[in-house]
Amino acid sequence: MDGRGPSVPNYCFMKYDLIVVGGGPAGYVGAIRAAQLGKKVACVEKERAGGTCLNWGCIPTKSLLRNAELFQLMQKRSADFGFRFDKLTYDWPKIISRSRSVADKLAGGVEFLFKKNKIDYLRGEAAIPTAGKVTYKDRNGKEETVEGDHILIATGAVAREMPGLPVNGKTVVNSHDAMIIDPQPKKLIVIGAGAIGVEFAYFFNAFGTEVTLVEMLPNVLPVEDTEISVALEKSLSKQGIKIFTNTTVASAKAEKGQVRVNLEGKQAQELQADCALIAIGVSPIVPTGVSITLDKKGFISVDDRYQTNVPGIFAAGDVIGPPWLAHVASWEAIQTVEGIFTKGFRPQRVKEFPGCTYCQPQVASIGLTERAAKEQGLKFKVGKFPFAANGKALAAGEPEGFIKILIAEPHGEVLGAHIVGPEATELIAELGLAMKLEATYEEIEATIHAHPTLSETVHEAVGAAFGEAIHI
Amino acid sequence: MPTTIEMPKLSDTMTEGTLLRWIKKVGDPVEVGDVIAEVETDKATMEMEAFDEGTLAEVYVEEGQKVQVGQKLAILTGEGEEAPKPPGESKKVGADKKEREQTAESAAAEKKPLSKEPVRSAAEPTPESPQQTAPSTGTSQTRSKASPLARKVAAELGVELQQVSGSGPGGRIVRSDVLSAAKTEQKGPDRAKAAPTPETLKTDQRISLSGMRRTIANRLLEAKTTIPHFYLQAEIDAQPLISLRQQINSAAEATGLPKITVNDFILKATAVAAAHVPQANAAFAGDAIIQYADVQLACAVAVDEGLVTPVIREAQRKSLSQISSEIKDLAARARSKKLKPEEYQGGTITVSNLGGYGVEQFFAIINPPQSVIVSVGAIVAKPVVDAQDQIVAGQRIALGLSCDHRVVDGAIGAQLLAELKRLLEIPALMLI
Repeated sequence: MDGRGPSVPNYCFMKYDLIVVGGGPAGYVGAIRAAQLGKKVACVEKERAGGTCLNWGCIPTKSLLRNAELFQLMQKRSADFGFRFDKLTYDWPKIISRSRSVADKLAGGVEFLFKKNKIDYLRGEAAIPTAGKVTYKDRNGKEETVEGDHILIATGAVAREMPGLPVNGKTVVNSHDAMIIDPQPKKLIVIGAGAIGVEFAYFFNAFGTEVTLVEMLPNVLPVEDTEISVALEKSLSKQGIKIFTNTTVASAKAEKGQVRVNLEGKQAQELQADCALIAIGVSPIVPTGVSITLDKKGFISVDDRYQTNVPGIFAAGDVIGPPWLAHVASWEAIQTVEGIFTKGFRPQRVKEFPGCTYCQPQVASIGLTERAAKEQGLKFKVGKFPFAANGKALAAGEPEGFIKILIAEPHGEVLGAHIVGPEATELIAELGLAMKLEATYEEIEATIHAHPTLSETVHEAVGAAFGEAIHI
Repeated sequence: MPTTIEMPKLSDTMTEGTLLRWIKKVGDPVEVGDVIAEVETDKATMEMEAFDEGTLAEVYVEEGQKVQVGQKLAILTGEGEEAPKPPGESKKVGADKKEREQTAESAAAEKKPLSKEPVRSAAEPTPESPQQTAPSTGTSQTRSKASPLARKVAAELGVELQQVSGSGPGGRIVRSDVLSAAKTEQKGPDRAKAAPTPETLKTDQRISLSGMRRTIANRLLEAKTTIPHFYLQAEIDAQPLISLRQQINSAAEATGLPKITVNDFILKATAVAAAHVPQANAAFAGDAIIQYADVQLACAVAVDEGLVTPVIREAQRKSLSQISSEIKDLAARARSKKLKPEEYQGGTITVSNLGGYGVEQFFAIINPPQSVIVSVGAIVAKPVVDAQDQIVAGQRIALGLSCDHRVVDGAIGAQLLAELKRLLEIPALMLI
């Protein structure tokens, strides 16, 4: 067995119901759902199943961030907890190898799921010469062709290049390089303060790298609620990260062993560091072959059923544009596949989705920010509750941050929820469910939240919108 | 302590009532015994009296709204007291009245009825009522799967959730479904106005069940499907009855007394016959048969939304004229929905007369827990063979008897029918 599925591969003699191009969170999830619906499915992947998320994104970075969080806790706050270390050190290569082994383990898990669901897993870089056909070159350079009634493009995206500062993997890196960088840089400039930029800034700073975070917009995590961004900026600054907002890169130059960056805007100055991390978004990977209509930014345009301009060719995930999130990609792929194979199913486009950033304190949100709700002219109330007034947060030694919930008037549905603080990324799930079910504040208020838990802050924030929070 | 007023159980079959009218308004002082509101039950329209005194501080249901038994209707407060906030009210942002009521309704619907009835007009159960078990079906309406937000918006826009198809997860109705349903509803009448063709005006209607209709549906389904009915039929010579009635009525006219109807005779005859055949004036009670001492004679009366069966108490002891005037009064009040529960509960045998509609013969469904119902047809002129084997013109009434075989066997039913026939053909016997 070579990872291609059955010993006599189906593609030798049959036509697939669905060929998925790309084995990331969109591709593998779409393939599995189609197989669950009783369809013959192949998935073509050029690197390794699991995609960016699992191999070079969400998962391995969470491993690194866990290291950072623990180290920071032990180094900075051991005395608070009554611990004493004579000499606290860390093993950088081990930190990286742990992250890699987590990714390896999960990638193997996806391959197992392919087998379990009898999906032909085809390794090689794919092209789509025409609707109904996918070709791929295997590792020996031999070209194979498979045929299928439907094709789902789930090729994803890669880190976007910065004009004038090409990635070289040493002094100028992208997120992919940054998660295996060795040795650890002493000075790092992170360009772009989205989730990826902020997470790496936090990670390297926690291990003592001198980090400058540059963002052209007025706040870090610009898509988040401004109040949350401001709170995070304060916290990250306190941790030692230099944050330059309203600042852009005028010019930059990679030299031997170092990089120079000229900034303009609010912090016009020249920075020098041994490494610059480019985290300014992603670019789509569009397969070659048949001409597919793209939008202005180069992402694939799809209709309500996720179909491209070419009948029979569909696309989902990062390749069709923002939000570039694994969970959104998987959801879109399921919508697409159900739309193709389930009679009467009407695929939907993503509306509310949680967004998470795993620095400490964590940031998580769903729905509208306060400024977006104001721009739309909506009437709403804001309920806020600080973790400092939550028993569980105090016991855990994590009193930083707050939760903020926007409640619409007059019916009381949740417009948006924003959290900065401990386990924010876990807490957001309840509010996602509340929004999906169109719960109003009354249902949330009527729900007993266990004590002591961080989730009590959700309950209290809703109460606070009406002046009825108990603990503030 | 503020007192909660809940929807009382005004009859043993009542599961919900419609609040027809608030007699007292918010802010009005209320004395014990004051009528606060009018409530339509499955059987009648009743006045709801106050059990406590105070001020009507808040009402939670609008006039015309259907309310489950036990659900909160209003709050009475004493001097200087404030009404407790209904759940969610204080923080209700820009809550309009309707919405607040919705909240109160949903919160109250979860509560069980209190054992202490706050309203006095809930009558004492009649002695027979223990056997008259209410059918336990029909309390829960079909629940639409809808989001809380969709429910609120639907309530505000007056959209019936049953009419909306859901696009949410698992077919759940979400706000956008309600909004688009509201839009279509709005467009509907406009289109009709633009093209008022007869076709567009004639549409299928969906009429929601009144309390009475639901009770009729439940009880008669139960009766027809659980009681082993059998039917007996006999034709009586109505000539003697007609002659006697003419005599009585011409005398009555002279003295200004009320007239007697054929139905009055039949009621009287049924009362006497049932007293003579007590095995038929009985009920099946699971592990026993209850034979009633008195004839509580029920008479089916058609009303606007269905029918009611008011009861003439101890009818076997009452004279023809007593029965006549009682049924006249009961029928009139049944039609205007003014019957009290004790006036239509606890019958032991029923008479249903469709003769007035020209129906010649039929068999009614037994009214549980009774065992017999007498179905009376119209007086029909037809040729009959007389005692001398001659074909002569006759005046005939067909009587049908529907019997519960668990209680009444064929012979007993026949005995009752024969007794009825004897009494009606020799009406003077009823006088002894």
